[in-house]
Amino acid sequence: MANTILVRANADGGSTVVQALIRHPMDSGFVKDKSGKLIPPHYIEVLEFAHNGTVVLTALWGPAVSKDPFIKFSFKGGKKGDTLSISWIDNKGLKDSRTAAIM
Amino acid sequence: MTDTTPGSLAEFLPRRRHVLAGTIAGGMAALFGAGTAAASDIVLADAKNYPVKAFAQKTEADALSALFGKTATVSPKITLDTPDIAENGAVVPVAVQTELPDVTAVAILALDNPFTLSAAYRIPAGTAAAVSTRIKLAKTTTVVAVVESGGQLYSASRSVKVTLGGCGG
Repeated sequence: MANTILVRANADGGSTVVQALIRHPMDSGFVKDKSGKLIPPHYIEVLEFAHNGTVVLTALWGPAVSKDPFIKFSFKGGKKGDTLSISWIDNKGLKDSRTAAIM
Repeated sequence: MTDTTPGSLAEFLPRRRHVLAGTIAGGMAALFGAGTAAASDIVLADAKNYPVKAFAQKTEADALSALFGKTATVSPKITLDTPDIAENGAVVPVAVQTELPDVTAVAILALDNPFTLSAAYRIPAGTAAAVSTRIKLAKTTTVVAVVESGGQLYSASRSVKVTLGGCGG
């Protein structure tokens, strides 16, 4: 799968601010397509951020999270060049992950 | 950053430049980046424990009892930021922040959505008790932020008026 994760992590005075944007339809299961058929639910269930191998945030998402979801949070520690890894899996078992360097 | 960086860092620098270039160009094709095995293993383990039941509940009390097994009390120490009026219910920015100590989880609920629970976050020690995300609202509703602090649940709520629902066709 082409990469679906855009992430920016900035170290700033002892803590790191992370912003991430995931490309995903996040279909709720309530929306109909043009022919009037319901589009089945398709959404990210779990999204995980890890800093140098330690989990810093676990997001559990339902179908009510917006399309192409966005998340912003911050954690203590982290310096320029540290590794941040991001990984998600959806209700159909599709998944993606990537690593980024903290800036 | 210098070019004298050793090992893994040097490996990441070119990739970062691709990310920036790709963002500007809007292209995704060149952006493939292999994840670490560790992160994807963790996410797989957590996916097995995904709280399906909690996300299928239709009231705040049921969702909280399915997710945490307890009920929440209202607290003024939680800041919930939402727009007063959301023109487009499909994308409603929600930010939760709290000064409560020992926060282990944050959940966002929308009471009049088909399913109440929108999102839940596990907050490990060291991570700030503040998350921002964007959710869908089916219609005008009360949005509730729930924070687990020291084993207790606290909540704050705000009403959001939705002019165009984000949940149906």
